[in-house]
Amino acid sequence: MRIHLTSVFVDDQAEALRFYTEVLGFVKKHDVPLGEKDRWLTVVSPEEPGGTELLLEPAGHPAARTYRDALVKDGIPLAQFAVGDVRAEFERLRGHGVHFTQEPLEMGPVTTAVFDDTCGNLIQIATQAQ
Amino acid sequence: MADDLFKALADPTRRIIIDELVERSGQTLFEICSRLSMKHRLGISRQAISQHLAVLEAAGLVEVRREGRYKYHDLNTAPLRQITERWPLPDGPEESSP
Repeated sequence: MRIHLTSVFVDDQAEALRFYTEVLGFVKKHDVPLGEKDRWLTVVSPEEPGGTELLLEPAGHPAARTYRDALVKDGIPLAQFAVGDVRAEFERLRGHGVHFTQEPLEMGPVTTAVFDDTCGNLIQIATQAQ
Repeated sequence: MADDLFKALADPTRRIIIDELVERSGQTLFEICSRLSMKHRLGISRQAISQHLAVLEAAGLVEVRREGRYKYHDLNTAPLRQITERWPLPDGPEESSP
């Protein structure tokens, strides 16, 4: 078994696609219309085009808002992405106006930071020491 | 009020939380939990850490700040002054007189 796809709930799929591609640097993989306005919309890392896909899932379900708001309030990230250098990525994203709820923090072999994806979620970035 | 303060300081986990907030004020619950588990190897549930924060908040040592959708914890060491005011040291060095 392996992880093929994982998802985050997003408020607005078009805005989420913009943020995840233009700001974070992912590339669009699948974009299939579903129903009136929803899409099967996935992105992947340009470093691994055949790797795990991230589904930008519409957050229309009434429970999604409650769930995400409670997590955001306590600063709990919904997903974690690996980056080569958390500090460099922190500076780069901050330059794009991205809001961090946790600045880079070294904890032994791992350095992490947490930012708001502007679509309703917190995302953690991490660099694992080699 | 002083009882709340001493009660809050009596617990080692709460003193570690204060140490971590000295390093960086304005932390989310998630960051505090991460620091306790990763840096201090403390296997405490998030709920228990929340309760420790509530005790620190009742003593006035931690202040909760809401900023939009986020909630941050700031350190306020002002209540600790009560301790030095209760047991003050004599003013100035004693050998100052000729």
